[in-house]
Amino acid sequence: MDARVKPGHDVEEKRKGRENIPMTARFSPLTRRRFAAFRANRRGWVSLWLFLALFAVTLLAEVVANDRPILVSYRGQLYVPVARDYPETTFGGDFLTYTDYRDPYVAGKIAESGWALWPPIRFDYQAVGTDVSKTHPAAPSAENPLGTDDQGRDVAARLIYGLRLSILFGLALTLVSSLVGVGAGAVQGYFGGRIDLVGQRFLEIWGGLPHLLILIIVASIIAPGFWTLLLVLTLFSWTSLVGVVRAEFLRARNFDYVCAAKALGMDDFRVMRRHVLPNAMVATLTFLPFILSSSIVALTALDFLGLGLPPGSPSLGDLLRQGKENLQAPWLGLTGFIVVALLLSLLVFVGEAVRDAFDPRKTTP
Amino acid sequence: MSQAKLLEVTDLAVSFGHGAEEVQAVKGVSFTLDKGETLALVGESGSGKSVTALSVLQLLPYPRARHPKGSIRLGGTELVGAPEPTLRAMRGDRIAMVFQEPMTSLNPLHSIERQVAEVLDIHQGMRGAAARARVIELLHLVGIPEAEKRLAALPHELSGGQRQRVMIAMALANEPDILIADEPTTALDVTIQAQILKLLKELQARLGMALLFITHDLGIVRKMADRVCVMCQGEIVETGPVATVFSAPAHPYTQRLLAAEPKGKPNRPAADAPLVMEGKAIKVWFPVKAGLFRHTVSHIKAVDGIDVAIRQGHTVGVVGESGSGKTTLGLALLRLIGSEGAIVFAGTDIAGMSPGRLRPLRRGMQMVFQDPYGSLSPRLSVGEIVGEGIEVHRLAASPAERRAMITAALVEVGLDPDTQDRYPHEFSGGQRQRIAIARALVLKPRFIVLDEPTSALDVSVQAQIVDLLRDIQSRHGIAYLFISHDLRVVRALADDLVVMKDGRVVEAGRADALFASPQTAYTRALMAAAFDLDVVG
Repeated sequence: MDARVKPGHDVEEKRKGRENIPMTARFSPLTRRRFAAFRANRRGWVSLWLFLALFAVTLLAEVVANDRPILVSYRGQLYVPVARDYPETTFGGDFLTYTDYRDPYVAGKIAESGWALWPPIRFDYQAVGTDVSKTHPAAPSAENPLGTDDQGRDVAARLIYGLRLSILFGLALTLVSSLVGVGAGAVQGYFGGRIDLVGQRFLEIWGGLPHLLILIIVASIIAPGFWTLLLVLTLFSWTSLVGVVRAEFLRARNFDYVCAAKALGMDDFRVMRRHVLPNAMVATLTFLPFILSSSIVALTALDFLGLGLPPGSPSLGDLLRQGKENLQAPWLGLTGFIVVALLLSLLVFVGEAVRDAFDPRKTTP
Repeated sequence: MSQAKLLEVTDLAVSFGHGAEEVQAVKGVSFTLDKGETLALVGESGSGKSVTALSVLQLLPYPRARHPKGSIRLGGTELVGAPEPTLRAMRGDRIAMVFQEPMTSLNPLHSIERQVAEVLDIHQGMRGAAARARVIELLHLVGIPEAEKRLAALPHELSGGQRQRVMIAMALANEPDILIADEPTTALDVTIQAQILKLLKELQARLGMALLFITHDLGIVRKMADRVCVMCQGEIVETGPVATVFSAPAHPYTQRLLAAEPKGKPNRPAADAPLVMEGKAIKVWFPVKAGLFRHTVSHIKAVDGIDVAIRQGHTVGVVGESGSGKTTLGLALLRLIGSEGAIVFAGTDIAGMSPGRLRPLRRGMQMVFQDPYGSLSPRLSVGEIVGEGIEVHRLAASPAERRAMITAALVEVGLDPDTQDRYPHEFSGGQRQRIAIARALVLKPRFIVLDEPTSALDVSVQAQIVDLLRDIQSRHGIAYLFISHDLRVVRALADDLVVMKDGRVVEAGRADALFASPQTAYTRALMAAAFDLDVVG
């Protein structure tokens, strides 16, 4: 009788491999294999890094595009206008108002007895250029690398702030709708029976509602803002995950190890969280990049229709709408199109790579 | 030519993959097969016997699989590397195959007439009335009653045994020279298994075929084969006439295999030990609903009024064919499915108890499942799996204490405690079953339902698990409800026996008395099929 486990060769080798890479030691071999498969997909891997780089740049929007300097040295003292407001009197001005750093008078004062470190783009999303000779929208120039929009605001700056808003909004919407969707799917699939029946019928009716029409009605009743839009869009986007999660739970609730867990005396919530949910996470993770991209599209579409964020907010949809209304200024439409297309392509490529990495036909030996 | 055997396999090797990932499934096997002869390839799972059989038909997933060396000659024609048209003409015509799983080997969307006639059409161009007459003849040959009426039947309308008969009819349609049977009875109940084996033997005698029989069951080999090749890790370690190999095995692996059949006697504890679990008139009826308003028209009586009592340190064996309600009974006793009737565990009636009040009692009653691959969550490490019950019942005050308890449980089932940080897929079937037993044991239960704990395992491992279970029982006085269709395993473990059929008890009593003189015809048939592979009645 083989009293003790005699590890086979493969087990021994895996063990050695694990010792070499202690960082990944906490992950199961399957997770590691999936990660390797994800990395092996060059397009998806590069897309992920490009997306992360883009996101990182936009997160730092205030120091990339701003109408005030990052750092000012005036009479031997350092000031941080990016983070704090200073009255004009600080820099030898006359009034106790917020400093307008692009005012030639103030700029001259600072240049006399100090220096100012400016961001690469000297506009934020609502700053208007001081050059009154231009007609807006103005074509790209040294001052406005991507031109200005119909109100004289810098397109590049609005783009960076708009991207940040879109991505953050998309992430928030994805997170909230995934949580709601996974929860609803889990309850339906795990308990089945009448709960499942009622839930599915509700989903069918809910899915049959005309989303956009309801959003338009809601937008006319409540003032749209970041959080209200998030709430309203969640009402309809949470359903996307319910189907797959429910199917996974329906399948997994009959597994022996789920039955074994119940026999151990585990309560339902714990069984769901520990034994069934990991099965559903594969499907969920596969869907996430696609949900993220559709969330971004949803916000862009609402902004394009003028039903989204309050007027003046930087947004991709607003840029596209301006492009449509100012066909004589192609830099508006082109910029909007290229950025939206690039962002969505990156997300779809990442999504494809994630999907392939979780494909059991490709990652099980 | 007169000296050439029908099938000659010489120094055949099969590899999967390339370079560092190459897996040598078969490493140079040689055997011959002559007309009218039965050769058995026997070995445990992973020994390469099925791969060898598939390579005779050149049905492996080429080019991922390849043959680095060796030849397969059928009546002088080389098959390795032969062009596809040659192989297609040979498959189903000269060499036919019967697969293990009759459910998935038949197309569920086609009638059995169409499936059998298709083979006739491909190789003989036989169609219409002639084909129909031949199909009926074949179905009669394989013993399908009223074959004329069943031509339009779809596979799901047939029983497992009948499906396997249809598979055999398809294989025999063109009167092949060689029939390859790859574990043809493994998925079937014992009595059906005996019938199919008898049928194969009769057909072979009548048609003079050569039979290449692949199995892991030594009982079948003894019953069926003329010669046997014992395979181990891709090599034939011993070959010879069945009688010689069985009476005087030369290779240590063969000796181990032969010695591996479950042996030993039950523990024989005191007959007046206290009752641990008692079920009275247990009923599990599943409603059959029909009509627009889904009203209940009838019930499927999975368990229909069964009394069972298990005393401390005792094992009650529950035997019966698939669908007889054995597992349902086990689940009902543990309150894992709804049931009627009284369930008394350690003096408390738990039948109507709320889940919340039942939860602390769950610690005392555990279950070990049939499939060690399905019963362990692949995403948790061994330590997490075993330690789960400790967490649920808050048995350990500190992580160190928890780890000590897990270690003790793993040592108890004969596993190295260092394995607790690994994942289930790194373990073999027998080791996984030990982990599942450790998961139950760590809670120090008084009662364990063992639901076919050995049937997914190789024979030699089966014997070890049976020894382990008996050992644990004598040490801790745990009561077992041992569910199995394998009477050989039951005999080695059970003190009392319950024979079930269609949800009812056919016969019950002390195991040794029941084995010595079964009272009912059903039990007698079950035992004849299990021990002698004979058909009774």
